[in-house]
Amino acid sequence: MSNTVMSADDVRRAITRIAHEILERQHGPAQIAVVGLQRGGAWLADAIVGALHVIEPESRVPLGYLDVSMHRDDIGLRPVVPGAISRIEFPVDGATVVLVDDVLFTGRTVRAAMEGINTYGRPRAIQLAVLVDRGHRELPIRPDYVGKNLPTRLSEDVRATSEGVVVSRGVES
Amino acid sequence: MKHLRSIDELGHDGLVRLLELTNHMVEVNSRPVPKVPALRGRTVVSLFFEDSTRTRLSFETAAKRLSADTMTFSVSTSSVNKGESLRDTVETITDMGVDAFVVRHKSTGIPWQISDWTNASVVNAGDGWHQHPTQALVDCFTVRQALGRERFDGLTLTIVGDIKHSRVARSNISAFSMLGARVVLVAPPTLLPPDVSHWPVEVSHRLDDVLGSTDILYMLRLQSERMSQGHVPNLREYAETFGLDAVRVGRLPSRAVLMHPGPMNRGVEMMVDPSTLPNSLIHQQVSNGVSVRMAVLFDLLAGESSASHLSQVAS
Repeated sequence: MSNTVMSADDVRRAITRIAHEILERQHGPAQIAVVGLQRGGAWLADAIVGALHVIEPESRVPLGYLDVSMHRDDIGLRPVVPGAISRIEFPVDGATVVLVDDVLFTGRTVRAAMEGINTYGRPRAIQLAVLVDRGHRELPIRPDYVGKNLPTRLSEDVRATSEGVVVSRGVES
Repeated sequence: MKHLRSIDELGHDGLVRLLELTNHMVEVNSRPVPKVPALRGRTVVSLFFEDSTRTRLSFETAAKRLSADTMTFSVSTSSVNKGESLRDTVETITDMGVDAFVVRHKSTGIPWQISDWTNASVVNAGDGWHQHPTQALVDCFTVRQALGRERFDGLTLTIVGDIKHSRVARSNISAFSMLGARVVLVAPPTLLPPDVSHWPVEVSHRLDDVLGSTDILYMLRLQSERMSQGHVPNLREYAETFGLDAVRVGRLPSRAVLMHPGPMNRGVEMMVDPSTLPNSLIHQQVSNGVSVRMAVLFDLLAGESSASHLSQVAS
């Protein structure tokens, strides 16, 4: 049983809106850097940077990817297998880093990412952009830019890609 | 896999998994703050009954970069001098609460013995002439990185020197052949094991015959005590026959890379200064040592290999 809650067009429009909101909040593209969280946030970070360049063709927004496995707080509770390798090749010091993830859930990945970013330097600010906020936060973390607020059950599974957002009834636990 | 004791026990899939994981650790080490909290609260003890510079320091650095606590056991200031047995030493340290032992000992099989006496993970950092698996991981990773390829099919690894007493050679023969390399051993008959027919290797006694077909030239250290044991007549003759000099460097294909596990005997197996050779990977071998050992500790204590004992804790 699955239910499409955002179509590919909805996703595209949400990304464009998030890009506008980022530029509006920062008064332009200067000092902004975008970091996608591996693996789910990588495509969305690419898309947001693409949208920023469409809106501000002269801008050169640095783009990076962060794998948070080594910063997770559940290491030792279950085996942790790192995904794709982190790649942050621009100076983080003084930048406004926009972390990007597909689905915001407990907030633990974002906490790990904030800690991870600090091993690269001290950003001026860290902000958070997500395509879907599905609730059930376990930490005091709030996104700055949201594609869609989507109330869910804990047992449900949310998949967000450029093709759309699908909610399916997951395994009851 | 709870322990890393030999390359054969690790197997092909484990070898590839650790080499892939090392890429993550190389990235961590390139950060302005090369430290991650992955093994916070874990304790790694290094138990070295033999001298070591790079292996011990790289394991301790690796543990610290993963935020593990480290304990260093040094034989010369321990109760071993009062006659405490190895078993009692291991059990005492285990009682203090450790998650991994990094062990070097002059006797073959000690890491297996120790794993019977403790519930911690055991990493073999060299047991006698037998195995030195993390050195083989370092060497495979270094070749992968330098040549930009994942497997070694079609490459020839030539290992030169004291094969008989070399744990580095034994681990590398297994690891490089698992990744598809052809392995050639070059040594005088006295420095080869009596029978190598069960090893996946070819043997030559003449270095000059095989240089031209070598892709990876691996020089082993000739320990000076081998001379007094009658394995080689004298160091100068060994150097003439099996040492790497400028003439022999010229006989290597231009693509060939040079490796040495260190410490080097300059003027014996190395009659050239390797730092003057463009294809020397000796510095990379040392610098990759920390990343590889981070991958090993992470895998055993937090990664895929920890699955079996983590689930035991949970249930």
